[in-house]
Amino acid sequence: MAQVIGVPRETAAGEKRVATVPEVVEKLVKLGFKVAVQSGAGEAANFDDPSYQAAGAEIASDADALWSAADIVFKVRAPTPEEVGRMREGQTLISFLWPAQNPELMQQLAARKATVLAIDALPRMLSRAQKMDALTSMASISGYRAVIEAANAFGRFFNGQVTAAGKIPPAKVFIAGAGVAGLAAIGTAVGLGAIVRANDTRAEVADQVVSLGGEFVKVEYEEEGSGGGGYARVMSEGFQQAQREMYAKQAREVDVIITTALIPGKPAPRLITADMVKSMKPGSVIVDMAAEQGGNCELTEPGTAVVKHGVTIIGYTDLPSRLAKQASTLYATNLFRLTEELCKKKDGVIDVNMDDDAIRGLTVIKEGSVTWPPPPLKLPAPPAAAAKPAAAPPAPKGHGHGASAAPMPARATAIVFLVGALAFWFVGAYAPASFLNHFTVFVLACFVGYMVVWNVTPALHTPLMSVTNAISSIIAIGALIQIAPPLAAGAGAGRPEAWIQWLAVVAIGLTAINMFGGFAVTRRMLHMFRK
Amino acid sequence: MSATLATASYIGATILFILSLGGLSNPETSRRGNLYGIIGMAIAVLATVFGPRVTPAGYAWIIAAMVIGGSIGLYAARIVKMTQMPELVALMHSLVGLAAVLVGFANYIDPAASAEFQGAEKTIHEVEIYLGILIGAVTFSGSVIAFGKLSARISGKPMLLPGRHWLNLAGLVVVLWFGWRFIQAHSIPEGMLPLAVMTVIALLFGIHMVMAIGGADMPVVVSMLNSYSGWAAAATGFMLSNDLLIVTGALVGSSGAILSYIMCRAMNRRFLAVIAGGFGTEGGKPAAPGAAPAGDVSPIGAAETAELLREAKNVIIVPGYGMAVAQAQHTVYEITKLLRDKGVNVRFGIHPVAGRMPGHMNVLLAEAKVPYDIVLEMDELNEDFPGTDVSMVIGANDIVNPSAQEDPASPIAGMPVLQVWKAKTSIVMKRSMASGYAGVDNPLFYKENNRMLFGDAKKMLDEVLAALKA
Repeated sequence: MAQVIGVPRETAAGEKRVATVPEVVEKLVKLGFKVAVQSGAGEAANFDDPSYQAAGAEIASDADALWSAADIVFKVRAPTPEEVGRMREGQTLISFLWPAQNPELMQQLAARKATVLAIDALPRMLSRAQKMDALTSMASISGYRAVIEAANAFGRFFNGQVTAAGKIPPAKVFIAGAGVAGLAAIGTAVGLGAIVRANDTRAEVADQVVSLGGEFVKVEYEEEGSGGGGYARVMSEGFQQAQREMYAKQAREVDVIITTALIPGKPAPRLITADMVKSMKPGSVIVDMAAEQGGNCELTEPGTAVVKHGVTIIGYTDLPSRLAKQASTLYATNLFRLTEELCKKKDGVIDVNMDDDAIRGLTVIKEGSVTWPPPPLKLPAPPAAAAKPAAAPPAPKGHGHGASAAPMPARATAIVFLVGALAFWFVGAYAPASFLNHFTVFVLACFVGYMVVWNVTPALHTPLMSVTNAISSIIAIGALIQIAPPLAAGAGAGRPEAWIQWLAVVAIGLTAINMFGGFAVTRRMLHMFRK
Repeated sequence: MSATLATASYIGATILFILSLGGLSNPETSRRGNLYGIIGMAIAVLATVFGPRVTPAGYAWIIAAMVIGGSIGLYAARIVKMTQMPELVALMHSLVGLAAVLVGFANYIDPAASAEFQGAEKTIHEVEIYLGILIGAVTFSGSVIAFGKLSARISGKPMLLPGRHWLNLAGLVVVLWFGWRFIQAHSIPEGMLPLAVMTVIALLFGIHMVMAIGGADMPVVVSMLNSYSGWAAAATGFMLSNDLLIVTGALVGSSGAILSYIMCRAMNRRFLAVIAGGFGTEGGKPAAPGAAPAGDVSPIGAAETAELLREAKNVIIVPGYGMAVAQAQHTVYEITKLLRDKGVNVRFGIHPVAGRMPGHMNVLLAEAKVPYDIVLEMDELNEDFPGTDVSMVIGANDIVNPSAQEDPASPIAGMPVLQVWKAKTSIVMKRSMASGYAGVDNPLFYKENNRMLFGDAKKMLDEVLAALKA
């Protein structure tokens, strides 16, 4: 029995996102599920009902019909009390939930004997979980949108220009916090042509900032600030003092400040004081992405944009929703990846497997009993803690086959030379002169062959073998000179003429096969090699 | 044509042969290299035929033998399939070996050929005959067996006689003993017996040697026989006092020896160990039962494979012998073309011993029109796997086995392998879970990011192609 995935219309005011999009509906159907979408659910994100229908979803006329039909409900925002009231026993809900901040909601949901997966409770440090990490995808959208909002409120170009009407300096943007949102903001602001600086208490992100074209501003104080799960932690008083000085300096210099600093389970750190805002140039912009958690700026008013001391302070809390189509698509894909993990058999029935670390972390209520917070993950020592192993220097490579260029140890070389010398002395002492001539040629030819062949690219090994094979039919020469040699008078006595001739003829025939066949097949092969 | 002119022509031919091998060092110059070889051979043959050592009485014979042999050769070259290249090359090596034997016998029974030698020179000449026939006979019978194994007429499994090293040693002693008798012989009929006995032993030795070598070691064997055929030509050159033969034989011999060495190194094995035969049958028994990799295999279908490929940015395809057997190279190319048109960066990773002869995979891919600049060596792209979205293994096993690097107790420990498991997802196309030639279980199949696509490579790839086109 295929389970029904229900996607209701989001009820929160101003929420434009939807938990699945037609493209993903198709994939869910392929996994064996039925998908029901509430009429108008995707409207605000520019997905109309017919497009969902075309992708294989059924349209439920209203919320009641949808909630009663669905076995699994995909949502974006945490459910309202009214929505919780619609839930029934055995139903599964997957959405953002913030269990730490919403203990009452947790109680209500548990009372409905439902199973609830909070997408925000994903153990993000599992690399396997990255594909389901909706926090990351939403954060990167927020970062992008924050820059766009700032550019919108800022009265100048972001990029510097020299025009006929005069020289325009580029805008200076300071980004506090280089997490996912911060990095997305850096990338976007750099793309618009601004000079971008960024700071983070975690020193290891400096490389990422630089890689995106930003400049990493250090706090002049020694302390390591990396907490668990990719967040920063609260820093010491001395550090905070140094940090405040750095922010004050940046506030005087830059035109735009975007703050993204969050500490899990705590109010957002106050980074920008009212005095710093006063010190900024008139017309400057602050985008406070932590507004929902109280804001990184003292003067932020969550949910709106205000102008104070000539500085526009934007405290929107719905940045992802302002990019509803993109946000919905990414969120829907995250949920699809999660569904894949839940339904490994692809039979349209989910299995909340509590032995799976990722799913265990996500599941905050299992069949009515609260399972949050999850036990700590037993992870191998985080690689970040260990000093980065120095990249092993690549072995020196010779030409051709990557022969090790290192010369043989001196002793081995000496032995080889000694043996060689003895052998040559033996040959020189006992062999007749005529043999020595041939022997010289032979040894030199071996060396030439070695030098020439060593450079052959491995791709051509087969043609090389077939051409050397063809060349080895040079042995035909041996047969040719036996077939009818000019014999001195009398020397032919007792010579088994017929025998020799037939042996030679057969040998010529055999080598001719080789000679013609070998060159022809090499030619055929080489003609196939093309760029 | 005078003797000096003939010799000068020989020098020209020698230079052309060296240029020919040099030209093959890269695909741009390779066709010219082959042409040099053809010209060199033509010069050598013509200079000999019209030189002082052949009288017009022989022309008819020569032309007849050349026309018959040549047409057989050209015909074979035209009809051979690229997947059969290893067999063809092995068969051709056997012809050179046989020719060396025949020339050796003809030379021995010709009293005129050795009339000029006295004393030490005579002994050396006889040793040269003896050695020439010996190498030729080993090359001949060994190549025939290699041909049988490569064309599956003989089982690819190593055949190991009890005490086979002692058998070989006994053979060597007998050969040396008869060699002594041969040199002591006063007349040609008297020397025939030792020579014949030695030839038989050499033939048996060639058979025995190649029979004991497993299918996976065939690249080494084929290049080793290539080398032998060169040494046979060089020995014949000594016998006939012909520098052209010596030089050419030495070129071919050393080139084959280098190839054998490269192949051995690619398997992290010693040349003698390969020749002694029997991979994974002596010493440490493969994969102690307790060390069997645990875990589940995740099978995947053609449609999902296509999905993965479509979403990938970087794809590396690792072909193996299975691709050759299934004749799947053309489908592989179609898929490659389709993906490249979509902007996917598709590359091929070739292990030095993939297939049954050196460079086997390159030839197959070239036949399917895969551009050679996306076909890379193991060393060139092994570091790129971590940045790769999908690595697709087509009919290969031991060359992508992580235990070669991770398990020091593995029989293939230390063998360089393509690290496909470092890609985000690896897909292994295989007919079943059977182990490769080395008889070693492959932990790759049980890795979490690995998917198995079971079935005949050609059939499955056709389905993947259809799904990609849909």
